[in-house]
Amino acid sequence: MRTRLTTAVVVLLLLLAGCTSASRTGGPITLRFQSLAWQDESVAANRELVEEWNATHSDVKVEYVQGSWDSVHDQLLTSFEGGEAPDIIHDASDDLADFAYGGYLADLTGLLTDRLKSGIPLRSWRTATFGNGIYGVPFLQEPRVLIANTTWLAEAGVRIPTPEHPWTWAEFRQITERLSGDGRYGVAWPLKEPVSATLNLSLSAGGQLFHRGADGKVTVRFRAADQVVPRTVHDQVVVDHSAPDSTLGSGGSDTLPGFFAGRYAMVPLGFSYRQQIVQQAPKGFRWEVLPAPAGADGLAQGVSPQTLSIAADSPHKKEAAEFIDFLLRPKNMVRLALGDWMLPTGTEALGDPALHTATYGWATGTALAGHLGPAPAQTVRGYPEWKDKVATPALQEYYSGAIGLGELRHRLETDGNLVLARYQR
Amino acid sequence: MRTRPAARAGQYAALLAYLVFLAFPLLWLLSTAFKSPTELGSLHPTWIPRHPTLANFRQAFDEQPLLRAGLNSLLAALGAALIAVLLATPLAYVIARRRTALSRAVTGWVVVSQAFPFVLVIIPLFLVLKHLRLIDSLFGLVMVYVVWALPFALWMLVGHVRAVPVELEEAAAVDGAGRLRTLVSVTAPLLAPGIVATGLFAFVTAWNEFFFALVLLKTPEKQTLPVVLTHFIGAEGVADLGPLAAAAFLATLPSLVVFALVQRRIAGGLLAGAVKS
Repeated sequence: MRTRLTTAVVVLLLLLAGCTSASRTGGPITLRFQSLAWQDESVAANRELVEEWNATHSDVKVEYVQGSWDSVHDQLLTSFEGGEAPDIIHDASDDLADFAYGGYLADLTGLLTDRLKSGIPLRSWRTATFGNGIYGVPFLQEPRVLIANTTWLAEAGVRIPTPEHPWTWAEFRQITERLSGDGRYGVAWPLKEPVSATLNLSLSAGGQLFHRGADGKVTVRFRAADQVVPRTVHDQVVVDHSAPDSTLGSGGSDTLPGFFAGRYAMVPLGFSYRQQIVQQAPKGFRWEVLPAPAGADGLAQGVSPQTLSIAADSPHKKEAAEFIDFLLRPKNMVRLALGDWMLPTGTEALGDPALHTATYGWATGTALAGHLGPAPAQTVRGYPEWKDKVATPALQEYYSGAIGLGELRHRLETDGNLVLARYQR
Repeated sequence: MRTRPAARAGQYAALLAYLVFLAFPLLWLLSTAFKSPTELGSLHPTWIPRHPTLANFRQAFDEQPLLRAGLNSLLAALGAALIAVLLATPLAYVIARRRTALSRAVTGWVVVSQAFPFVLVIIPLFLVLKHLRLIDSLFGLVMVYVVWALPFALWMLVGHVRAVPVELEEAAAVDGAGRLRTLVSVTAPLLAPGIVATGLFAFVTAWNEFFFALVLLKTPEKQTLPVVLTHFIGAEGVADLGPLAAAAFLATLPSLVVFALVQRRIAGGLLAGAVKS
């Protein structure tokens, strides 16, 4: 018995020892590219592009590593601290502030080619600009759109909005009220993350919420323009009952069964949710993509694009930048966008015919690209704490009718500015 | 004392409710694993899939290296369980039998060490492992799991050793058995259920562990099952639910099988020392 146990332990240790890492010596440069692509088509597109690069670059090999959106921040933070971060990092612009200010990411200003710099609009570059440096290349983005039940809207005879003639927020409210009744609702708001949805959509009404003073310090001011979107949602839920309160704590996916079952006429969702809808919609279910309502500033919306960054510790920044440049050539950017069901940021990529087809609402989404700008808060230091401790509970309570607009303003401004002040001393 | 029928019925009802509570996630996982995307999007989900399909399992295996990840998890969990038991058993014996100030201090430290959340230790641990060249190494991961499981394993085994009457060892000594002979022939067989229960605890802890594996392993070929499962989850919590459920269900099977095989010994191990005979 003892001999068998000893043998088992020795075999196990040998197996484990066989799995230890071998040190790299000589040979071509190897870059580690951590991608967060997760949908089958998206992973395939990324892997294909890495293979194409490796086939044509014998001196610089790229190793594809699959990361996870679920835990990317903690994983990167630990890797940065330990000096073991991947060379090329896929993330989202709203996750970069801490890493950029913390010195973990390389400033890409002098590393990027003119083609890449001029190929992406300035408003997109602003999403990854922190201080005077650029810390990520924004390459995929998604507007929030209305996914609508085509049959229901046609039967109700409502005007169908287009990017050229969108609904106003007031019109949207009237229409959802008209569509509601008998246990059915004009819209279902999945507001598990109410802050980003509210702030990003509020740009359409001219909302800013965060105001940077001459001294560079940021304060929260909840003005009339900031109130348009929250009031609309609140009134739909509490006053008109054209939106159910049961979905306020739900994620986007959770509202889809009710949408397919004809309980909700519309659901505001990210553009990439179309993939899930195509997969799950019952046979014969007709749906379409509509632009989100417009306000004083038209269809403006805040987004936090997906980004590619380079670790500050990477010894091969130039080669990593060359790989990013390859990966984001217009045609490749289109492949990545189609794989992720999102929009590319590149101007030339946005002109690709594949993104202008009416199928699955691609054309509607592409028409919105010009209205997308940086999410209002992503460069504000202290935003995560303000969001978690102040804004999320305040907005949740307001949307469910537990508090009024005055109390919401008090919390966002008074409580919120106390939080932000701690980060700006 | 006889239990009244009504009280007995109440006890069974409570037990049944508890079983349903425990079984619900697993049954729901099983049900989801066999549903098509359209059925997953239904407003009125059913326990038994209306049109059962294996497509989710096929997709899960096509998209992710589940077998390789499962093997890595198995190696890590078995390694951690074996090493933890081998280290904890003699330690527990000494702590239980030699009641000195040192053993009391060790016991106290074991309790205190349980209070550290892993987020607090992960960065220093990462740096230590980096210096030992154990980053991106399954062996390094096993060492972490052993360290992580050891305090509780030790705590469990100390209780089991104390439940073995010292008089039995004294009787063996009187009969002429040496210390080693006593340990092997008298104490070890009586400790077996406790050792199995402790090993199982270390195995399941390592099998399910996610964050250390995520941070410490870089090479895709070395990733463990919990890390690979997250590849079915996208931004903002959107998930490829069918394949995720299929893969997650398969990932629970080894634990269930091990439990089924050794459940009698575990029950014995957990109950040992509960009452004084």
